[in-house]
Amino acid sequence: MVTEHGPTVLRVCRALLGSAAEDAWSETFLAALRAYPDLPPGSNVQAWLVTVAHRKAIDQLRAEARRPLPTADLPERPSRDGDPGGWESDLWAALAQLPLKQRQTVVYHHVAGLPYAEVAQILGGTPEAARRAAADGIAALRRTYLNEGAPDD
Amino acid sequence: MTDIFTDLPGIEEGTMLRLHDRLAATATEASLLDIAYRTLDTPVGALLLAATEKGLLRVAYPIEDHDAVLEQLATRVSPRVLRAPARLDLVASELEEYFAGRRQRFDLPLDLQLAHGFRRTVLSRLSEIGYGETLSYAAVATAVGNPKAVRAVGSACATNPLPVVVPCHRVVRSDGTMGQYAGGTDVKRVLLRMERAA
Repeated sequence: MVTEHGPTVLRVCRALLGSAAEDAWSETFLAALRAYPDLPPGSNVQAWLVTVAHRKAIDQLRAEARRPLPTADLPERPSRDGDPGGWESDLWAALAQLPLKQRQTVVYHHVAGLPYAEVAQILGGTPEAARRAAADGIAALRRTYLNEGAPDD
Repeated sequence: MTDIFTDLPGIEEGTMLRLHDRLAATATEASLLDIAYRTLDTPVGALLLAATEKGLLRVAYPIEDHDAVLEQLATRVSPRVLRAPARLDLVASELEEYFAGRRQRFDLPLDLQLAHGFRRTVLSRLSEIGYGETLSYAAVATAVGNPKAVRAVGSACATNPLPVVVPCHRVVRSDGTMGQYAGGTDVKRVLLRMERAA
């Protein structure tokens, strides 16, 4: 389970949480080990793990929100320099700037590969709403990350 | 669909290993680790070693497909399977000594839950065949009190969950030829030759 799904779950956690991802990953799999024996046979394990990761990420985001922030500055626009493949890469930074709902739908559908029906189950709402949020998110990523439709300076 | 995420970096293997190790440690503390496994490079290929808290549960040759074996263990024993080499340190060191010709008997707790009934009876007698010796399938059948069960002894050996450690390679055909082996006949030949030479 860990070997097969570990990398995907870590990508999901990183896309949702950035640097706090590893704790969420560990908590996800610890919770999964606890609950796995009760999982009905034939379940979609990846979708289930993403659901667990989703809850762990929400916990983490809530905890962060309660913590007082040192500054009220908006995050800087990501630079296009540096290692494009690294964890500090623009794509992660661009993802982090999406509204949570868009970020979640984009990550669950495009990074974890879940169909919108599954995404809707995780987030609540309809598959159509999930599809719209993901499309909005992708459009925003195209603007901020790919610089499409924005003048280059 | 979008091509944006083709840029998304893969997960570095080092990170995955580190997280897996950390998870194994935490899961052990929380008693959530039922089967620990690791692989061990040996002269007969990389062996998969898996253990429960009770003892060594499974030794598998590459030919058996390690992923498939882990999958079976997850289904048959427990899905709480993690790579956790520490639980298998003793097993690994005894096997290394064996393959270096410095160990003739294994002194390890075994978990024989994967073998049932007659097969289990056969396996528990195999450890009595000494290092470098062989016994025929027929002789083993007689030894377990069922002289007619020669074929059943053969399948007990073929399905031995703990090859090498439970020495089914020391059971050969009555005409002196080697007979089948879970790791392949070549491996059986290597083991027998090694034991005779030591």
